[in-house]
Amino acid sequence: MHTETLLDVATIRADFPILHQDVRPGVPLAYLDNAATSQKPLAVIDAMSDYYLRYNANVHRGIHKLSEEATVAYEGARKRIARFINAASWREIIYTRNTTESINLVAWSWARTNLKPGDVILSTEMEHHSNTVPWQMLAGQTGIEVHYVPVTDAGVLDMTAFDEMLDERVKLVTIMHTSNVLGAIQPVRQIADAAHSVGALILVDGAQSVPHMPVDVQALDCDFFVFSAHKMLGPTGIGILYGRQEILDAMPPFMGGGDMIKRVELSGSQWNDLPHKFEAGTPSIAEAIGFGAAVDYLTKIGMEHIHSHEVAVTAYALDRLAEVAGLRVLGPLKASERGGLVSMVMEDIHPHDIAEVLNHEGIAVRAGHHCAMPLHHRYNLTASTRASFYLYNTFEEIDRLIEGLYKVKEVLVL
Amino acid sequence: MDDLYREMILDHYRNPQKKQLVSPADIDYAEDNPLCGDFIHLTIQLDENKVVKDVGWEGNGCAISQASASMLYETLIGKTLDEIRSIGKDDILEMLGVPLGPVRLKCALLSLKVLKAGAYGLHAWPGEEDE
Ligand SMILES: Cc1ncc(COP(=O)(O)O)c(C=O)c1O
Repeated sequence: MHTETLLDVATIRADFPILHQDVRPGVPLAYLDNAATSQKPLAVIDAMSDYYLRYNANVHRGIHKLSEEATVAYEGARKRIARFINAASWREIIYTRNTTESINLVAWSWARTNLKPGDVILSTEMEHHSNTVPWQMLAGQTGIEVHYVPVTDAGVLDMTAFDEMLDERVKLVTIMHTSNVLGAIQPVRQIADAAHSVGALILVDGAQSVPHMPVDVQALDCDFFVFSAHKMLGPTGIGILYGRQEILDAMPPFMGGGDMIKRVELSGSQWNDLPHKFEAGTPSIAEAIGFGAAVDYLTKIGMEHIHSHEVAVTAYALDRLAEVAGLRVLGPLKASERGGLVSMVMEDIHPHDIAEVLNHEGIAVRAGHHCAMPLHHRYNLTASTRASFYLYNTFEEIDRLIEGLYKVKEVLVL
Repeated sequence: MDDLYREMILDHYRNPQKKQLVSPADIDYAEDNPLCGDFIHLTIQLDENKVVKDVGWEGNGCAISQASASMLYETLIGKTLDEIRSIGKDDILEMLGVPLGPVRLKCALLSLKVLKAGAYGLHAWPGEEDE
Protein backbone atom coordinates (compact mmCIF):
# COMPACT_ATOMS: atom_id res chain seq x y z
CA MET A 1 0.00 0.00 0.00
CA HIS A 2 1.60 3.24 -1.13
CA THR A 3 0.72 6.59 0.30
CA GLU A 4 0.40 9.81 -1.68
CA THR A 5 2.45 12.87 -0.81
CA LEU A 6 2.49 16.48 -1.88
CA LEU A 7 5.63 16.14 -3.93
CA ASP A 8 5.71 15.19 -7.58
CA VAL A 9 8.59 12.80 -7.03
CA ALA A 10 8.80 11.59 -10.63
CA THR A 11 9.34 15.15 -11.86
CA ILE A 12 11.86 15.82 -9.12
CA ARG A 13 13.79 12.66 -9.96
CA ALA A 14 14.14 13.80 -13.55
CA ASP A 15 16.29 16.66 -12.21
CA PHE A 16 18.79 14.19 -10.74
CA PRO A 17 20.47 12.23 -13.55
CA ILE A 18 22.64 10.28 -11.10
CA LEU A 19 19.59 8.49 -9.69
CA HIS A 20 18.86 6.83 -13.02
CA GLN A 21 21.51 4.15 -13.05
CA ASP A 22 21.90 0.44 -12.43
CA VAL A 23 24.27 -0.67 -9.71
CA ARG A 24 24.65 -3.89 -11.66
CA PRO A 25 22.77 -4.96 -14.77
CA GLY A 26 19.04 -4.86 -14.07
CA VAL A 27 19.41 -3.64 -10.49
CA PRO A 28 18.61 0.09 -10.23
CA LEU A 29 20.18 2.32 -7.61
CA ALA A 30 18.12 3.20 -4.54
CA TYR A 31 20.08 6.00 -2.89
CA LEU A 32 19.29 5.97 0.82
CA ASP A 33 22.45 7.61 2.13
CA ASN A 34 21.32 11.22 2.10
CA ALA A 35 22.38 11.97 5.65
CA ALA A 36 25.98 11.40 4.53
CA THR A 37 25.56 13.55 1.46
CA SER A 38 22.69 14.33 -0.88
CA GLN A 39 22.65 14.14 -4.66
CA LYS A 40 22.76 17.33 -6.75
CA PRO A 41 20.10 18.46 -9.23
CA LEU A 42 21.04 19.70 -12.71
CA ALA A 43 20.22 23.24 -11.60
CA VAL A 44 23.16 23.14 -9.16
CA ILE A 45 25.57 21.42 -11.53
CA ASP A 46 24.64 23.87 -14.29
CA ALA A 47 25.03 26.93 -12.06
CA MET A 48 28.55 25.82 -11.17
CA SER A 49 29.61 24.96 -14.67
CA ASP A 50 28.07 28.19 -15.95
CA TYR A 51 30.37 30.10 -13.63
CA TYR A 52 33.41 28.24 -14.94
CA LEU A 53 32.26 28.47 -18.56
CA ARG A 54 31.18 32.11 -18.63
CA TYR A 55 32.42 34.27 -15.78
CA ASN A 56 35.16 32.57 -13.79
CA ALA A 57 37.09 35.29 -11.94
CA ASN A 58 38.14 36.11 -8.42
CA VAL A 59 35.64 37.95 -6.23
CA HIS A 60 35.87 41.30 -4.43
CA ARG A 61 39.04 42.19 -6.32
CA GLY A 62 38.69 42.94 -9.97
CA ILE A 63 37.12 45.94 -11.60
CA HIS A 64 36.60 43.96 -14.77
CA LYS A 65 33.33 42.51 -15.99
CA LEU A 66 33.91 38.88 -15.10
CA SER A 67 34.99 39.68 -11.57
CA GLU A 68 31.98 41.90 -11.04
CA GLU A 69 29.66 39.20 -12.31
CA ALA A 70 31.32 36.59 -10.09
CA THR A 71 31.07 38.87 -7.05
CA VAL A 72 27.39 39.53 -7.67
CA ALA A 73 26.67 35.79 -7.99
CA TYR A 74 28.76 34.91 -4.94
CA GLU A 75 27.20 37.59 -2.74
CA GLY A 76 23.73 36.99 -4.19
CA ALA A 77 23.90 33.38 -3.02
CA ARG A 78 24.73 34.60 0.48
CA LYS A 79 21.62 36.80 0.53
CA ARG A 80 19.38 33.94 -0.57
CA ILE A 81 20.91 31.63 2.02
CA ALA A 82 20.28 34.31 4.66
CA ARG A 83 16.61 34.47 3.64
CA PHE A 84 16.38 30.68 3.55
CA ILE A 85 17.06 30.47 7.29
CA ASN A 86 15.54 33.90 8.00
CA ALA A 87 18.72 35.54 9.28
CA ALA A 88 18.20 39.20 10.16
CA SER A 89 21.01 40.23 7.81
CA TRP A 90 23.26 38.70 5.13
CA ARG A 91 26.17 39.94 7.24
CA GLU A 92 25.39 37.15 9.67
CA ILE A 93 26.09 34.47 7.05
CA ILE A 94 29.74 33.39 7.03
CA TYR A 95 30.91 31.02 4.32
CA THR A 96 33.04 28.18 5.67
CA ARG A 97 34.06 24.79 4.25
CA ASN A 98 31.40 22.81 6.11
CA THR A 99 29.63 22.30 9.44
CA THR A 100 32.85 21.08 10.98
CA GLU A 101 34.79 24.21 10.08
CA SER A 102 31.95 26.41 11.30
CA ILE A 103 32.08 24.79 14.74
CA ASN A 104 35.86 25.01 14.85
CA LEU A 105 35.61 28.69 13.98
CA VAL A 106 33.38 29.31 16.99
CA ALA A 107 35.66 27.23 19.23
CA TRP A 108 38.76 29.14 18.16
CA SER A 109 37.46 32.61 17.76
CA TRP A 110 34.61 32.92 20.25
CA ALA A 111 35.31 30.35 22.97
CA ARG A 112 39.04 30.93 23.23
CA THR A 113 38.60 34.66 23.77
CA ASN A 114 35.47 34.65 25.91
CA LEU A 115 35.84 31.65 28.21
CA LYS A 116 38.17 31.07 31.13
CA PRO A 117 39.28 27.99 33.06
CA GLY A 118 36.37 26.52 35.01
CA ASP A 119 33.75 27.73 32.53
CA VAL A 120 31.54 24.97 31.16
CA ILE A 121 30.49 24.09 27.63
CA LEU A 122 27.37 21.95 27.76
CA SER A 123 27.19 19.43 24.94
CA THR A 124 25.36 16.11 24.63
CA GLU A 125 26.09 12.41 24.30
CA MET A 126 24.51 12.28 20.87
CA GLU A 127 26.63 14.85 19.02
CA HIS A 128 28.43 14.20 15.77
CA HIS A 129 32.20 14.10 16.33
CA SER A 130 32.39 17.53 14.70
CA ASN A 131 30.52 18.93 17.71
CA THR A 132 32.51 16.96 20.27
CA VAL A 133 36.15 16.97 19.25
CA PRO A 134 36.66 20.74 18.77
CA TRP A 135 35.42 21.30 22.33
CA GLN A 136 37.57 18.49 23.68
CA MET A 137 40.59 20.06 21.99
CA LEU A 138 39.71 23.43 23.46
CA ALA A 139 39.22 21.96 26.92
CA GLY A 140 42.55 20.14 26.73
CA GLN A 141 44.35 23.41 26.09
CA THR A 142 42.49 25.90 28.24
CA GLY A 143 41.03 24.31 31.37
CA ILE A 144 37.52 24.95 30.10
CA GLU A 145 35.24 22.00 30.96
CA VAL A 146 32.91 20.13 28.62
CA HIS A 147 29.92 18.34 30.12
CA TYR A 148 27.66 16.00 28.19
CA VAL A 149 23.89 15.78 28.65
CA PRO A 150 22.87 12.10 28.47
CA VAL A 151 20.32 10.53 26.17
CA THR A 152 17.51 8.34 27.46
CA ASP A 153 17.02 4.65 26.72
CA ALA A 154 14.21 5.72 24.40
CA GLY A 155 16.72 7.59 22.26
CA VAL A 156 15.96 11.22 23.03
CA LEU A 157 17.79 13.91 24.93
CA ASP A 158 17.30 13.67 28.70
CA MET A 159 15.71 17.06 29.34
CA THR A 160 15.54 16.52 33.10
CA ALA A 161 19.30 15.98 33.14
CA PHE A 162 19.73 19.02 30.90
CA ASP A 163 17.87 21.22 33.36
CA GLU A 164 19.99 19.90 36.21
CA MET A 165 23.27 20.37 34.38
CA LEU A 166 22.51 23.90 33.24
CA ASP A 167 23.86 26.39 35.76
CA GLU A 168 25.67 29.73 35.87
CA ARG A 169 29.00 28.10 34.99
CA VAL A 170 27.67 27.11 31.58
CA LYS A 171 28.71 29.67 28.95
CA LEU A 172 27.75 27.77 25.81
CA VAL A 173 25.19 25.08 25.05
CA THR A 174 26.13 23.25 21.85
CA ILE A 175 23.64 20.78 20.49
CA MET A 176 22.45 19.13 17.32
CA HIS A 177 19.03 20.03 15.90
CA THR A 178 18.25 16.67 14.27
CA SER A 179 20.32 13.66 15.31
CA ASN A 180 22.09 11.96 12.40
CA VAL A 181 21.71 8.58 14.15
CA LEU A 182 18.58 8.69 16.31
CA GLY A 183 16.62 10.97 14.02
CA ALA A 184 15.37 12.76 17.13
CA ILE A 185 14.60 16.47 16.71
CA GLN A 186 15.65 18.50 19.74
CA PRO A 187 13.37 21.21 21.21
CA VAL A 188 15.84 23.91 20.24
CA ARG A 189 13.75 26.92 21.18
CA GLN A 190 13.13 25.55 24.67
CA ILE A 191 16.84 24.79 25.06
CA ALA A 192 17.79 28.26 23.76
CA ASP A 193 15.49 29.93 26.28
CA ALA A 194 16.97 27.87 29.09
CA ALA A 195 20.53 28.62 27.98
CA HIS A 196 19.83 32.36 27.76
CA SER A 197 18.25 32.34 31.21
CA VAL A 198 21.64 31.47 32.74
CA GLY A 199 23.51 33.85 30.46
CA ALA A 200 24.85 31.17 28.12
CA LEU A 201 24.88 31.25 24.33
CA ILE A 202 23.59 28.41 22.18
CA LEU A 203 25.16 26.85 19.08
CA VAL A 204 22.91 24.61 17.01
CA ASP A 205 24.29 22.02 14.60
CA GLY A 206 21.70 22.13 11.83
CA ALA A 207 23.51 19.82 9.41
CA GLN A 208 20.59 17.37 9.46
CA SER A 209 17.73 19.83 9.96
CA VAL A 210 18.10 22.68 7.46
CA PRO A 211 18.11 20.29 4.47
CA HIS A 212 14.83 18.71 5.54
CA MET A 213 12.51 21.19 7.22
CA PRO A 214 11.81 24.91 7.45
CA VAL A 215 14.29 26.57 9.80
CA ASP A 216 14.02 30.10 11.14
CA VAL A 217 17.09 31.01 13.17
CA GLN A 218 15.37 34.03 14.69
CA ALA A 219 12.35 32.04 15.81
CA LEU A 220 14.70 29.44 17.30
CA ASP A 221 16.56 32.30 18.99
CA CYS A 222 19.93 30.63 18.52
CA ASP A 223 23.21 32.53 18.67
CA PHE A 224 25.14 30.31 16.27
CA PHE A 225 23.68 27.95 13.69
CA VAL A 226 25.85 25.77 11.42
CA PHE A 227 25.26 23.56 8.37
CA SER A 228 26.78 22.14 5.17
CA ALA A 229 25.69 22.66 1.55
CA HIS A 230 26.46 19.10 0.46
CA LYS A 231 23.67 17.60 2.54
CA MET A 232 21.08 19.92 0.96
CA LEU A 233 21.57 19.42 -2.77
CA GLY A 234 24.62 21.72 -2.91
CA PRO A 235 28.27 20.97 -3.55
CA THR A 236 30.93 19.86 -1.08
CA GLY A 237 33.46 22.41 0.14
CA ILE A 238 31.02 25.02 1.39
CA GLY A 239 29.10 25.44 4.61
CA ILE A 240 27.65 28.19 6.74
CA LEU A 241 28.23 29.72 10.11
CA TYR A 242 25.27 31.89 11.06
CA GLY A 243 25.92 34.07 14.08
CA ARG A 244 24.05 36.96 15.67
CA GLN A 245 25.64 40.12 14.38
CA GLU A 246 26.64 41.67 17.68
CA ILE A 247 28.36 38.44 18.70
CA LEU A 248 30.23 38.05 15.41
CA ASP A 249 31.20 41.71 15.52
CA ALA A 250 32.87 41.25 18.89
CA MET A 251 34.78 38.12 17.83
CA PRO A 252 38.37 38.24 16.56
CA PRO A 253 39.06 36.81 13.09
CA PHE A 254 39.69 33.08 12.71
CA MET A 255 42.32 33.07 9.94
CA GLY A 256 44.36 35.95 8.63
CA GLY A 257 45.03 36.84 5.03
CA GLY A 258 43.51 38.56 2.03
CA ASP A 259 39.87 39.72 2.01
CA MET A 260 39.50 39.73 5.80
CA ILE A 261 41.25 43.08 6.27
CA LYS A 262 40.42 46.70 5.54
CA ARG A 263 43.90 48.03 5.83
CA VAL A 264 47.26 46.39 6.44
CA GLU A 265 50.33 48.17 7.76
CA LEU A 266 53.43 46.33 8.84
CA SER A 267 52.72 47.66 12.32
CA GLY A 268 49.25 46.06 12.36
CA SER A 269 46.01 45.54 10.48
CA GLN A 270 42.42 46.59 10.68
CA TRP A 271 39.79 43.88 10.24
CA ASN A 272 37.19 43.97 7.51
CA ASP A 273 33.45 44.21 8.22
CA LEU A 274 31.20 41.18 8.53
CA PRO A 275 31.04 38.70 6.97
CA HIS A 276 34.39 39.19 5.25
CA LYS A 277 36.29 39.38 8.53
CA PHE A 278 35.92 35.61 8.76
CA GLU A 279 36.61 34.79 5.11
CA ALA A 280 40.36 34.95 4.58
CA GLY A 281 41.72 34.16 1.15
CA THR A 282 40.02 33.27 -2.12
CA PRO A 283 36.80 31.48 -1.18
CA SER A 284 34.96 28.56 -2.80
CA ILE A 285 33.26 30.69 -5.43
CA ALA A 286 31.67 28.06 -7.68
CA GLU A 287 30.55 26.22 -4.56
CA ALA A 288 28.84 29.29 -3.11
CA ILE A 289 27.07 29.84 -6.41
CA GLY A 290 26.04 26.16 -6.49
CA PHE A 291 24.80 26.48 -2.92
CA GLY A 292 22.66 29.45 -3.96
CA ALA A 293 21.16 27.34 -6.76
CA ALA A 294 20.44 24.53 -4.29
CA VAL A 295 18.62 26.91 -1.96
CA ASP A 296 16.60 28.24 -4.90
CA TYR A 297 15.66 24.69 -5.87
CA LEU A 298 14.57 23.79 -2.34
CA THR A 299 12.67 27.05 -1.97
CA LYS A 300 10.81 26.49 -5.22
CA ILE A 301 9.62 23.07 -4.08
CA GLY A 302 8.96 24.32 -0.58
CA MET A 303 10.52 23.11 2.65
CA GLU A 304 7.10 22.39 4.16
CA HIS A 305 6.34 20.00 1.31
CA ILE A 306 9.75 18.35 1.51
CA HIS A 307 9.33 17.87 5.23
CA SER A 308 5.88 16.33 4.96
CA HIS A 309 7.05 14.03 2.17
CA GLU A 310 9.89 12.81 4.38
CA VAL A 311 7.60 12.32 7.37
CA ALA A 312 5.34 10.18 5.17
CA VAL A 313 8.24 8.14 3.78
CA THR A 314 9.73 7.71 7.25
CA ALA A 315 6.39 6.67 8.75
CA TYR A 316 6.02 4.08 6.00
CA ALA A 317 9.60 2.87 6.59
CA LEU A 318 9.03 2.58 10.35
CA ASP A 319 5.83 0.59 9.77
CA ARG A 320 7.47 -1.82 7.40
CA LEU A 321 10.65 -2.18 9.47
CA ALA A 322 8.49 -3.23 12.41
CA GLU A 323 7.53 -6.31 10.36
CA VAL A 324 11.12 -7.54 10.21
CA ALA A 325 11.70 -9.86 13.15
CA GLY A 326 14.92 -9.29 15.06
CA LEU A 327 15.34 -5.77 13.77
CA ARG A 328 15.51 -2.85 16.18
CA VAL A 329 15.19 0.81 15.25
CA LEU A 330 17.21 3.37 17.23
CA GLY A 331 15.58 6.57 18.46
CA PRO A 332 11.96 7.66 18.76
CA LEU A 333 9.44 5.51 16.94
CA LYS A 334 7.04 8.24 15.82
CA ALA A 335 7.82 9.68 12.40
CA SER A 336 6.46 13.09 13.41
CA GLU A 337 9.15 13.34 16.12
CA ARG A 338 12.07 12.65 13.86
CA GLY A 339 13.95 13.55 10.73
CA GLY A 340 13.91 11.44 7.59
CA LEU A 341 16.40 8.80 8.60
CA VAL A 342 16.27 5.45 10.35
CA SER A 343 19.21 3.68 12.01
CA MET A 344 18.80 0.04 12.85
CA VAL A 345 20.49 -3.01 14.29
CA MET A 346 19.64 -6.57 13.38
CA GLU A 347 20.32 -9.47 15.74
CA ASP A 348 24.05 -10.26 15.64
CA ILE A 349 24.56 -9.29 12.05
CA HIS A 350 27.35 -6.79 11.57
CA PRO A 351 26.25 -3.58 9.84
CA HIS A 352 29.01 -4.01 7.25
CA ASP A 353 27.43 -7.27 6.18
CA ILE A 354 23.98 -5.71 6.03
CA ALA A 355 25.25 -2.84 3.88
CA GLU A 356 27.14 -5.24 1.65
CA VAL A 357 24.10 -7.40 0.95
CA LEU A 358 21.91 -4.32 0.44
CA ASN A 359 24.50 -2.89 -1.95
CA HIS A 360 24.20 -6.09 -3.94
CA GLU A 361 20.48 -5.31 -4.24
CA GLY A 362 21.26 -1.79 -5.43
CA ILE A 363 20.46 -0.10 -2.12
CA ALA A 364 22.96 2.43 -0.80
CA VAL A 365 22.88 2.78 3.00
CA ARG A 366 25.54 3.70 5.50
CA ALA A 367 27.01 1.22 7.99
CA GLY A 368 29.26 2.30 10.84
CA HIS A 369 29.22 4.64 13.80
CA HIS A 370 28.18 7.64 11.67
CA CYS A 371 30.75 9.82 13.46
CA ALA A 372 28.91 9.28 16.73
CA MET A 373 31.02 6.75 18.61
CA PRO A 374 30.06 7.93 22.12
CA LEU A 375 26.37 7.59 21.24
CA HIS A 376 26.84 4.05 19.94
CA HIS A 377 28.81 3.10 23.03
CA ARG A 378 26.01 4.54 25.17
CA TYR A 379 23.74 1.91 23.64
CA ASN A 380 26.42 -0.82 23.78
CA LEU A 381 26.78 -0.83 20.03
CA THR A 382 29.84 -0.43 17.85
CA ALA A 383 27.90 0.38 14.72
CA SER A 384 24.50 0.57 13.10
CA THR A 385 22.98 0.62 9.64
CA ARG A 386 21.32 3.84 8.53
CA ALA A 387 18.85 4.50 5.73
CA SER A 388 18.27 8.21 5.15
CA PHE A 389 15.74 9.80 2.85
CA TYR A 390 15.24 12.94 0.83
CA LEU A 391 12.76 14.60 -1.49
CA TYR A 392 13.48 12.19 -4.35
CA ASN A 393 13.02 8.94 -2.42
CA THR A 394 9.95 6.82 -3.08
CA PHE A 395 7.79 4.38 -1.17
CA GLU A 396 8.88 1.74 -3.63
CA GLU A 397 12.48 2.25 -2.52
CA ILE A 398 11.37 1.53 1.03
CA ASP A 399 9.80 -1.70 -0.20
CA ARG A 400 13.10 -2.61 -1.80
CA LEU A 401 14.92 -1.83 1.45
CA ILE A 402 12.65 -4.22 3.31
CA GLU A 403 13.10 -6.96 0.69
CA GLY A 404 16.84 -6.38 0.95
CA LEU A 405 16.72 -6.81 4.71
CA TYR A 406 14.91 -10.13 4.29
CA LYS A 407 17.71 -11.13 1.94
CA VAL A 408 20.23 -10.18 4.62
CA LYS A 409 18.52 -12.53 7.04
CA GLU A 410 18.41 -15.31 4.49
CA VAL A 411 22.14 -15.04 3.79
CA LEU A 412 23.52 -14.20 7.21
CA VAL A 413 21.28 -15.35 10.03
CA LEU A 414 22.98 -18.33 11.61
CA MET B 1 24.76 -13.85 -3.79
CA ASP B 2 27.62 -16.12 -4.87
CA ASP B 3 29.95 -13.39 -6.03
CA LEU B 4 29.43 -11.51 -2.77
CA TYR B 5 29.81 -14.03 0.00
CA ARG B 6 31.06 -17.32 -1.38
CA GLU B 7 29.54 -20.39 0.19
CA MET B 8 32.86 -21.15 1.84
CA ILE B 9 32.95 -17.78 3.59
CA LEU B 10 29.43 -18.28 4.84
CA ASP B 11 30.30 -21.79 6.03
CA HIS B 12 33.17 -20.51 8.09
CA TYR B 13 31.07 -17.61 9.35
CA ARG B 14 28.27 -19.93 10.45
CA ASN B 15 30.54 -22.72 11.71
CA PRO B 16 33.82 -21.14 12.68
CA GLN B 17 36.72 -23.57 13.14
CA LYS B 18 38.96 -23.60 16.22
CA LYS B 19 36.87 -20.93 17.85
CA GLN B 20 37.89 -21.66 21.41
CA LEU B 21 40.95 -20.28 23.15
CA VAL B 22 43.73 -22.76 24.06
CA SER B 23 45.65 -22.60 27.32
CA PRO B 24 48.37 -22.36 28.31
CA ALA B 25 49.27 -20.37 25.24
CA ASP B 26 52.74 -19.58 23.94
CA ILE B 27 51.35 -16.82 21.80
CA ASP B 28 48.40 -14.78 23.04
CA TYR B 29 47.31 -11.61 21.29
CA ALA B 30 44.12 -9.66 20.69
CA GLU B 31 43.26 -6.63 18.63
CA ASP B 32 40.21 -4.79 17.45
CA ASN B 33 39.35 -2.38 14.74
CA PRO B 34 37.66 0.46 16.63
CA LEU B 35 36.11 1.92 13.50
CA CYS B 36 33.93 -1.07 12.74
CA GLY B 37 34.15 -3.10 15.94
CA ASP B 38 35.73 -6.25 14.55
CA PHE B 39 37.61 -8.07 17.32
CA ILE B 40 39.94 -11.08 17.28
CA HIS B 41 41.78 -12.79 20.13
CA LEU B 42 44.25 -15.52 19.09
CA THR B 43 46.07 -18.12 21.18
CA ILE B 44 48.72 -20.56 19.87
CA GLN B 45 50.51 -23.51 21.47
CA LEU B 46 53.95 -24.42 20.09
CA ASP B 47 55.93 -27.63 20.50
CA GLU B 48 59.65 -27.72 21.36
CA ASN B 49 60.57 -27.24 17.67
CA LYS B 50 58.46 -24.08 17.35
CA VAL B 51 55.87 -25.91 15.33
CA VAL B 52 52.23 -24.96 15.94
CA LYS B 53 50.65 -27.70 18.02
CA ASP B 54 47.25 -26.12 18.47
CA VAL B 55 45.42 -22.84 17.93
CA GLY B 56 42.24 -21.31 19.24
CA TRP B 57 40.58 -17.96 18.84
CA GLU B 58 37.66 -15.84 19.86
CA GLY B 59 36.13 -12.82 18.28
CA ASN B 60 33.20 -11.03 16.83
CA GLY B 61 32.57 -8.80 13.89
CA CYS B 62 31.52 -8.96 10.29
CA ALA B 63 31.34 -12.11 8.21
CA ILE B 64 34.53 -11.30 6.32
CA SER B 65 36.66 -10.75 9.43
CA GLN B 66 35.33 -13.81 11.23
CA ALA B 67 35.49 -16.14 8.24
CA SER B 68 39.00 -15.02 7.45
CA ALA B 69 40.07 -15.80 11.03
CA SER B 70 38.45 -19.24 10.89
CA MET B 71 39.99 -20.08 7.51
CA LEU B 72 43.46 -18.78 8.31
CA TYR B 73 43.92 -20.09 11.82
CA GLU B 74 42.75 -23.58 10.93
CA THR B 75 45.67 -23.91 8.50
CA LEU B 76 48.31 -23.01 11.07
CA ILE B 77 48.53 -26.37 12.81
CA GLY B 78 51.73 -28.16 11.83
CA LYS B 79 53.39 -25.04 10.44
CA THR B 80 56.65 -23.62 11.79
CA LEU B 81 56.91 -20.00 12.85
CA ASP B 82 59.08 -19.40 9.79
CA GLU B 83 56.43 -20.76 7.49
CA ILE B 84 53.88 -18.53 9.14
CA ARG B 85 56.10 -15.52 8.58
CA SER B 86 55.76 -15.92 4.83
CA ILE B 87 51.95 -15.75 4.84
CA GLY B 88 50.97 -12.46 3.23
CA LYS B 89 48.03 -10.33 2.30
CA ASP B 90 47.69 -12.01 -1.08
CA ASP B 91 47.33 -15.42 0.56
CA ILE B 92 44.37 -14.14 2.55
CA LEU B 93 42.72 -12.59 -0.49
CA GLU B 94 43.20 -15.78 -2.46
CA MET B 95 41.78 -17.81 0.41
CA LEU B 96 38.66 -15.60 0.60
CA GLY B 97 38.30 -15.49 -3.15
CA VAL B 98 36.00 -12.46 -3.32
CA PRO B 99 36.80 -8.95 -4.50
CA LEU B 100 37.08 -6.54 -1.56
CA GLY B 101 36.98 -2.75 -1.45
CA PRO B 102 39.39 -0.82 0.77
CA VAL B 103 37.08 -0.83 3.80
CA ARG B 104 36.43 -4.56 3.73
CA LEU B 105 40.14 -5.22 3.14
CA LYS B 106 40.79 -4.06 6.69
CA CYS B 107 38.17 -6.53 7.94
CA ALA B 108 39.72 -9.34 5.89
CA LEU B 109 43.26 -8.66 7.10
CA LEU B 110 42.57 -8.28 10.83
CA SER B 111 43.16 -12.02 11.38
CA LEU B 112 46.56 -11.82 9.69
CA LYS B 113 47.46 -8.70 11.61
CA VAL B 114 46.68 -10.37 14.92
CA LEU B 115 48.69 -13.44 13.89
CA LYS B 116 51.75 -11.48 12.81
CA ALA B 117 51.70 -9.09 15.72
CA GLY B 118 51.23 -11.97 18.17
CA ALA B 119 53.97 -14.09 16.67
CA TYR B 120 56.57 -11.45 15.83
CA GLY B 121 55.51 -8.18 17.43
CA LEU B 122 53.62 -5.29 15.86
CA HIS B 123 56.62 -4.11 13.85
CA ALA B 124 56.19 -7.21 11.71
CA TRP B 125 52.98 -5.73 10.41
CA PRO B 126 53.37 -3.36 7.47
CA GLY B 127 52.15 0.20 8.04
CA GLU B 128 48.73 1.33 6.85
CA GLU B 129 50.19 2.81 3.66
CA ASP B 130 51.68 -0.52 2.66
CA GLU B 131 48.54 -2.56 3.18
C1 LIG C 1 24.59 16.21 12.62
C2 LIG C 1 25.84 16.41 11.85
N1 LIG C 1 26.71 17.34 12.24
C3 LIG C 1 27.84 17.57 11.55
C4 LIG C 1 28.16 16.86 10.42
C5 LIG C 1 29.45 17.17 9.74
O1 LIG C 1 29.25 17.74 8.51
P1 LIG C 1 30.49 18.07 7.59
O2 LIG C 1 31.24 16.77 7.44
O3 LIG C 1 29.89 18.53 6.32
O4 LIG C 1 31.31 19.09 8.26
C6 LIG C 1 27.27 15.87 9.98
C7 LIG C 1 27.50 15.07 8.78
O5 LIG C 1 28.41 14.35 8.54
C8 LIG C 1 26.10 15.63 10.72
O6 LIG C 1 25.24 14.68 10.35
